[in-house]
Amino acid sequence: MADAAALTAHGVTDEGNTRFAASDVERRKLLVERIAASILGLVTCSLVLPLVGIMAVLIVKAMPVLSWAFLTQNPQKYMTAGGIWAPLVGTFYLVVLSLAVAAPIGILAGVYLNEYAGDNWGTRIVNMAVVNLAGVPSIVHALFGVGAFVLFAGMGRSVMAASCTLAIMTLPVIISSTREALAAVPQSFREACWNMGASRWQTIRTIVLPNAISGILTGVILQVSRAAGETAPILFTGAVFYVATPETGLASSLPYGLWDRCMALSYHLFTITTQVTGVSEGLSYATAVVLIGLVISVNLISIGFRVYLRGRKRW
Amino acid sequence: MRQTLSNRLGVAAEPIIEWTIRLCGWSAIFFVFAIFFFVFREGAPFLFGKLDIVEFLTNVNWRPDSRIKAQYGVLALITGTAAVTALAALIAVPAGLGAAVFVSEFCPRRLREVLKIVIELLAAIPSVVWGFIGYMVLNPLIIWATGAPIGINILNGGIILALMSVPIIMSMGEDALRAVPDTYREAAIALGASRWQLVYKVLMPAAKNGLLAAALLGIGRSVGETMAVLMATGHSIQIPGSLLDPVRTLTATIAAELGETVEGGDHYRALFVIGTLLMLMSLIVNVTADLVVKGVRGKQNG
Repeated sequence: MADAAALTAHGVTDEGNTRFAASDVERRKLLVERIAASILGLVTCSLVLPLVGIMAVLIVKAMPVLSWAFLTQNPQKYMTAGGIWAPLVGTFYLVVLSLAVAAPIGILAGVYLNEYAGDNWGTRIVNMAVVNLAGVPSIVHALFGVGAFVLFAGMGRSVMAASCTLAIMTLPVIISSTREALAAVPQSFREACWNMGASRWQTIRTIVLPNAISGILTGVILQVSRAAGETAPILFTGAVFYVATPETGLASSLPYGLWDRCMALSYHLFTITTQVTGVSEGLSYATAVVLIGLVISVNLISIGFRVYLRGRKRW
Repeated sequence: MRQTLSNRLGVAAEPIIEWTIRLCGWSAIFFVFAIFFFVFREGAPFLFGKLDIVEFLTNVNWRPDSRIKAQYGVLALITGTAAVTALAALIAVPAGLGAAVFVSEFCPRRLREVLKIVIELLAAIPSVVWGFIGYMVLNPLIIWATGAPIGINILNGGIILALMSVPIIMSMGEDALRAVPDTYREAAIALGASRWQLVYKVLMPAAKNGLLAAALLGIGRSVGETMAVLMATGHSIQIPGSLLDPVRTLTATIAAELGETVEGGDHYRALFVIGTLLMLMSLIVNVTADLVVKGVRGKQNG
């Protein structure tokens, strides 16, 4: 009884849980926490929800124009009518070619950074260079493309020069994702292989790369999405306002040579929105929606791939 | 022991393969220097020949096409870039870091996965699409809300740039918070801290440098962004007086004018000088961010 009296004196009654009743300080702490959590939650919502709204507006306004014919027709009547076939094919060219240039260099660079590079100042400089390469403004990449590929290498304004510019620009994406994919392969795999007498390269070729290949692929897919959306680097290196391309047949699927200039979807969106007068709203909205759809679906493939891999991982 | 032919070939080729890999690894350094070199090379004759660097940086007038006296002053352009970037940073840094804290510490796991995917998709939207949104969607909204004669201005560009840099700030901020060891969290909770106290008193100080670097890189991206500001901030080259004034940024000037210049002419070379300036700015931002992050790592090790 004396104990209970002492407890009551300390503000604790013997009814059920009130022994653990919150003090004022405690209550204020919880209140502050709740306020903070709701404010932060609201901030996050306010970043995400308007964008959902914007996307909805874009899709609604694009709906009347979007059709199979819109995708497969060339632009007509000074780009105020017709579809986006020629720019779409141009973007495809640029993506494939830039991938062909960037993927080998990027993957090997990732291999170097994760498998060969020691922990020294040289490696630190390489890492710094990758970070800086990723941070160079896209318009500076365009200037570099003009100076190095168009003029110095004599490629002229062409698909080739634009693809090389895009390749350099997207290189960091491939390098960092390759490095991450390789770093996820357990060190014990390599050690087991070395103990069998395999050389460094044999280990990489037979053990490390096969185990990391899917992670590397996600990086390559991301490069595709990045290259497809970029506009500034191709502005002066190969993209043009309008090229007359064949309307039908096989020639319409392969309208550009490597040394021709080409149209590109991202640049096309820019021109029909701001440069050409008399373009109906629906046409530019539809072009924007196709570009977003392209980029987002490529990204979703990459994300899906990653989720699938995470589920399948055996170590 | 007899080796198979392919084995022997493999062993012979190994040094070649290893050197190829090394060269590719070092190529990143090469490319950074090459970018600097080629951009600088095109601008250098003008920079060292006719240009007065002090006048270049302090003259408000950018009139490269003037027949009477062409003037190359980038002060108005720098002000434009600064105004749009400052507005974007003002919105994006608190919002991005707040969202990072929410995603990292407050939200349930399922929601976190979903939000991270949404953020990743946001980061993937091309800048020309953001420009399009500014030009077509935000422009009428701003005219309607403020009564300004034209909705393509600092406000528009700032909002668009903020939306573009939020994903970067958020994902890097979240990484920084995640990098704080869990023992810190456990210790704080064991002492009876609420989650907010944990964030405010423990995680923020511990992840300070990472969060700072996230903000820096987000701002760096705003400075270098081209297509979105080209479409969303208008084309008046002026020192802005209010949020509703249209301005022209450094990047947009290059994008808008390079196509019309004569190769090798003064105007053409002046644009490359601006490019060199932008390149230097991005190098400074990135190296600073890197040093800030490395600084904290060094302290923890020591």
